[in-house]
Amino acid sequence: MDAFTTLTGRVLVLPEKNIDTDQIIPARFLTATSFDGIGEGAFADWRFDAEGNPLDGCVLNEPRAADSPVLVAGHNFGCGSSREHAPRALLGFGFRVVISSEIADIFRSNSQNVGLLPVVLPEEQHLALMAMDGEELTVNLEACEVRTSTGERYPFEIDGFARHCLLEGMDRLDFLLSQEQHITNYEEHHERQDSAAAG
Amino acid sequence: MAPRTLFDKLWDAHLVQAETGDLPAVLYIDLHLVHEVTSPQGFDTLRARGLPVRRADRTLATLDHSTPTTPPDENGERRYYTPQARSQVEQLERNCAEFGVRLEGWDSAQRGIVHVMGPEIGATQPGMTVVCGDSHTATHGAFGALAFGIGTTEVGYVLATQCLMQRKPRSMRITVNGRLGPGVGAKDLILHIIHAIGVGGGTGHVIEYAGEAIEALSMEQRMTVCNMTIEAGARAGMIAPDEKTVEYLRGRPLSPEGRAFDRAAARWMALRSDAGARFDQEVAIDAADIAPTLTWGIDPGMSVPVTATVPAAGSAGVDRALAYMGLEGGKPLLGHPVDIVFVGSCTNGRISDLREAAEVLRDRTVSGGTRMLVVPGSEAVRRQAEAEGLHEVFLAAGAEWREPGCSMCLAMNGDLVPSGQTAVSTSNRNFEGRQGPGARTLLASPLTAAACAVAGKVIDPRGLTGATPREAA
Repeated sequence: MDAFTTLTGRVLVLPEKNIDTDQIIPARFLTATSFDGIGEGAFADWRFDAEGNPLDGCVLNEPRAADSPVLVAGHNFGCGSSREHAPRALLGFGFRVVISSEIADIFRSNSQNVGLLPVVLPEEQHLALMAMDGEELTVNLEACEVRTSTGERYPFEIDGFARHCLLEGMDRLDFLLSQEQHITNYEEHHERQDSAAAG
Repeated sequence: MAPRTLFDKLWDAHLVQAETGDLPAVLYIDLHLVHEVTSPQGFDTLRARGLPVRRADRTLATLDHSTPTTPPDENGERRYYTPQARSQVEQLERNCAEFGVRLEGWDSAQRGIVHVMGPEIGATQPGMTVVCGDSHTATHGAFGALAFGIGTTEVGYVLATQCLMQRKPRSMRITVNGRLGPGVGAKDLILHIIHAIGVGGGTGHVIEYAGEAIEALSMEQRMTVCNMTIEAGARAGMIAPDEKTVEYLRGRPLSPEGRAFDRAAARWMALRSDAGARFDQEVAIDAADIAPTLTWGIDPGMSVPVTATVPAAGSAGVDRALAYMGLEGGKPLLGHPVDIVFVGSCTNGRISDLREAAEVLRDRTVSGGTRMLVVPGSEAVRRQAEAEGLHEVFLAAGAEWREPGCSMCLAMNGDLVPSGQTAVSTSNRNFEGRQGPGARTLLASPLTAAACAVAGKVIDPRGLTGATPREAA
């Protein structure tokens, strides 16, 4: 995955609460066996009518959407299905950061695993950003803060290891593979216990 | 040692490495369930790194999401909805063959929806950690397992290392006091709970369900409750094992046998929260407050008792939901016309669910303007239903009797609700477009769904089955 350090870019606001992963990527886009091109299905039913024509009035169809890497979305973003296709579709569409006052657990960890930075801010700061549609923000993962064009600074928390992986653009597989001896020890210990119990 | 919750015990028992300030815990996974939609890129990771599946014996695959529920054509060809659906299924068949993973595929008498099949064959056992690239993995918590959904990257990690890196979630106990009334079931209970705590109410938590009403539930009903835990935002829900858990598992194909079973059962029965164990949050629910419940809106928290009115318009969320659903705010749901009824899914596709629906349909017919689809959750459920003649009840009533799969729950396989039509569905999500673009979903119990199929509109199932409402309101 691509590393994320700091980014300055425009905000696109989707104010709806509880935007679920079926909205982000409808199930009919999940039949591929690779993630290539998954961005084309992002918010498909919000962007297009049944014939595939772009819907007027959908902010995601405005030309600026392609150049707005910061998605600010309503409370409890990414709820529902565990499909990793959701953060990947957002990345494919051009987002690099998603900011909300709450982000669903599985979506958050999936985002961290694929290089989309999830940022959770307190309600008041979230509300302030919801009013900044089209404005520029700086999201700095090294400093763990969001900075508005007027100089407001909103610090955010993120798990240290997730941050490290995002900053380095590395996945967790190498770390897990480095645990091999511990994993084997665990298995031997527990399987011995189980067979003793079974005997 | 301080009193521990059931969740604490499961967590502690699976730590390959405890978490530190710098590093999440390395958590061992006992059972990895796999299906065709969320696994192909996980296997690609192995291929790219030249790695084997570390524990094929702890990995179990099935075909459920993209599979047709209609029988093969006259040439024996499966009628896939799209060529991609076929290639996705064939990819899992190839991946399982290449990496030595057991696949309950087309030729298996055990194939089924992953969360119906796992418990049914005894793969899911108390005390285990269970993961799957599927959010409804929470279902398996009904056995006192720590079970949760993961993304595809993590599917790759578990295939390669049998481990995940996790921060420990907080804990919540939901105690359901009293007993459910007549005509009120596990689905009504969980819809009520989701409404009570909100669709994000469980975020960051693992939920343990407890109390008299939970203890009174059968294992299949407990699975329905745990299944929809994710709809309240919690990754995992669990219920402490008891005699019902042990009896359910006795004699299952993958359960221990003989004396080994008795020893396992003794271990399982010890898996419960200690007296005095502290939960980060406690919620109390009174079972007597719960009526047959349906969703009216576009998330599983937007539900009302069947006899109530839907919320009045006036807030952005409610207005959007009313507009999408074609409902008028402040009006009763009763009498709302129903185009389609779907009985099935990992939430309500088990034999007890089918029996519940069949009981309503026996000597009755599905309303002329309504289409009803009954999809068993697995081959075993199908066989049992057919042995009991339930399929004949459904067919005689005018319903369709299909082959097992996820089907109309998420409409990946071509079983979909046409745009603008209203479905009463026993599945788990009423999100916009979930059952097909423009589909309008009312989530309900199998009992309510079958009653609505007979009436062709939303009705109180207690009127049809003779069960009287608790309150004469």
